[in-house]
Amino acid sequence: MGEFIMNILEALFGGGKTTVAQQIAYLQMDLLKDIWETLYSTVLATLFAYVIGLPLGVILVAGERDGVRPLPRPLMQALNIIVNLLRSIPFLILMILVIPLSRVLLGTSVGTVASIIPLVAAAFPFVARLVEGSLRESDRGVLEAAQAMGCTPAQIIFKVMLPEALPSLITGFTTAFITILSYGAMSAAIGGGGLGSLAINNGYQRRMTFILYVAVILLVILVQIFQSLGGWLSARLDRRINRAAKKTRRPRPEKTGIH
Amino acid sequence: MIELKHISKVFPTADGDLHALTDVTLTVNDGDVYGIVGMSGAGKSTLVRCINLLERPTGGQVLIDGADLCAMGEKELIRTRRSISMIFQQFNLLMQRTCLKNITFPMEIAGVKGEAARKRALELLDVVGLPDKADAYPAQLSGGQKQRIAIARALASNPKILLCDEATSALDPKTTRDILRLIKDINRRLGITVVVITHEMAVVEEICTHVAILDHGHVMETGTVEEVFSNPKTEAGRRLVYPDRVVIDQLPAANVIRIAFNGGSSYEPLIASLAIDCGVKVNILGADTRNIDGRAFGTMLLGLPADPAEAAKAVAYIKSQPDVTMEEVRDYHG
Ligand SMILES: Nc1ncnc2c1ncn2[C@@H]1O[C@H](COP(=O)(O)OP(=O)(O)O)[C@@H](O)[C@H]1O
Ligand SMILES: [Mg+2]
Repeated sequence: MGEFIMNILEALFGGGKTTVAQQIAYLQMDLLKDIWETLYSTVLATLFAYVIGLPLGVILVAGERDGVRPLPRPLMQALNIIVNLLRSIPFLILMILVIPLSRVLLGTSVGTVASIIPLVAAAFPFVARLVEGSLRESDRGVLEAAQAMGCTPAQIIFKVMLPEALPSLITGFTTAFITILSYGAMSAAIGGGGLGSLAINNGYQRRMTFILYVAVILLVILVQIFQSLGGWLSARLDRRINRAAKKTRRPRPEKTGIH
Repeated sequence: MIELKHISKVFPTADGDLHALTDVTLTVNDGDVYGIVGMSGAGKSTLVRCINLLERPTGGQVLIDGADLCAMGEKELIRTRRSISMIFQQFNLLMQRTCLKNITFPMEIAGVKGEAARKRALELLDVVGLPDKADAYPAQLSGGQKQRIAIARALASNPKILLCDEATSALDPKTTRDILRLIKDINRRLGITVVVITHEMAVVEEICTHVAILDHGHVMETGTVEEVFSNPKTEAGRRLVYPDRVVIDQLPAANVIRIAFNGGSSYEPLIASLAIDCGVKVNILGADTRNIDGRAFGTMLLGLPADPAEAAKAVAYIKSQPDVTMEEVRDYHG
């Protein structure tokens, strides 16, 4: 039985320099490490992207002329330009552009850890826009009520805007995480590890077709898992909807990722 | 005591300045239930929002117990706002917090936390008659219940003043009465001064002691409810107090139209609502209508106002009515 399946796999994916059996042996050695590298670089990149992007998104909303804590126009314009600029640079080019930065911060510009830097650089403006979008959904009337009650701007941000937007923020987080996961796969180009590198360096460059498919399928499965998890959590924590009304939810925010 | 002195508010808009309030002066004494009535767009919300400076007046003074809010710094203003509560037409509850947590919110921001806040919130739930809704979320409540929670929240900071901006306008008549009764009760028992903004005279009749009539950003008249209701001195006042009266003032009839009723509601409501909704007075020149089973059939000749804009408004309104058709009469000789 096992032999039969192996024969089919060889017929489908073999024919290159390596047999499917050799590829499986390679996967057994490496696969867990690759999954781990994908996950931790994604988690770290997402974390840092939010460390920068979350406050930035809050500022983009709160600092507006009719926001809860208006900031000088030139500052707001500068922030918007920076965000737009970073969002318009294609990721592959951004990876090259931040090489000097990685050298300064980490002493190296290659490897899995170094690949986190361009991911963060690409993702934080995206995160800022996602956060901005979530906060803009907040009900003006509620903000006004909070203001009338004598909330300080900080109290409005931390006790009203952010908690009220939590379900939407979680949906945004899911989008960001998944986008960063898939862009992380590109970082193989600068020596990053993970499933992306497995697919590109082994699967594609070394013609190990079986490995290529395994890596891609795993990426797809990971995305599905996180999407479902995020969707479930967001719905779970949303107190505006009753179980029955769940089906008529608002559409998710924009999903166009980093370029 | 709330004293508004020569308040004006101008909104700069794309097509010029919009004078939402012009030289508004009124005094609300402690313990009053003060109604501010006017038609939609009269500037009522803008005015009430000037009382807690959600809207900063372009000119004039807002004095609360003698202290000028416009002259206050940020910190002092925030402190003063904590003694002025507000409830809204759309309730504006925090949707991700339970009712209890909504009620503790004003205490939380003022630094009262934990068991003390919780105890007070439970008391307030009792006051508004919803002792079993502590752990419910606003989305699970009816409109009337949401407004009760909003009232409980408004009381949590022990305010001196309660501002109500169309607080019952989203509610059905029975719920409206219940909520008004609750507000009246709060006014009596706790001595809280209440300012009620509404476009419905019935609300004023129900709970107010004093009333101001606002029209196009001007205060037309003020006084006790009895005074103003028994003898409205201004046209704006009469329009609000007697909305159902058919306008008989003679208007120059520049153009005349004939309208035909094809079995809709009878004609008085149409003419009256024309006056109320559009502020346009038409002149009934002749009518031949019959009511059959409460439905109107027949025709009526109407003289439109001379002002073309007004006339156009009236025509548009009539055209939008179901079961009414309209034609122009070119050769009318009165
Ligand atoms: N922020 C604003 N900017 C421009 N115009 C406004 C603004 N708020 C209110 N207005 C205008 O001021 C007038 C009075 O509005 P409002 O006070 O809401 O009336 P009411 O509550 O009596 O219906 C309206 O013509 C409205 O369009
Ligand atoms: Mg209003």
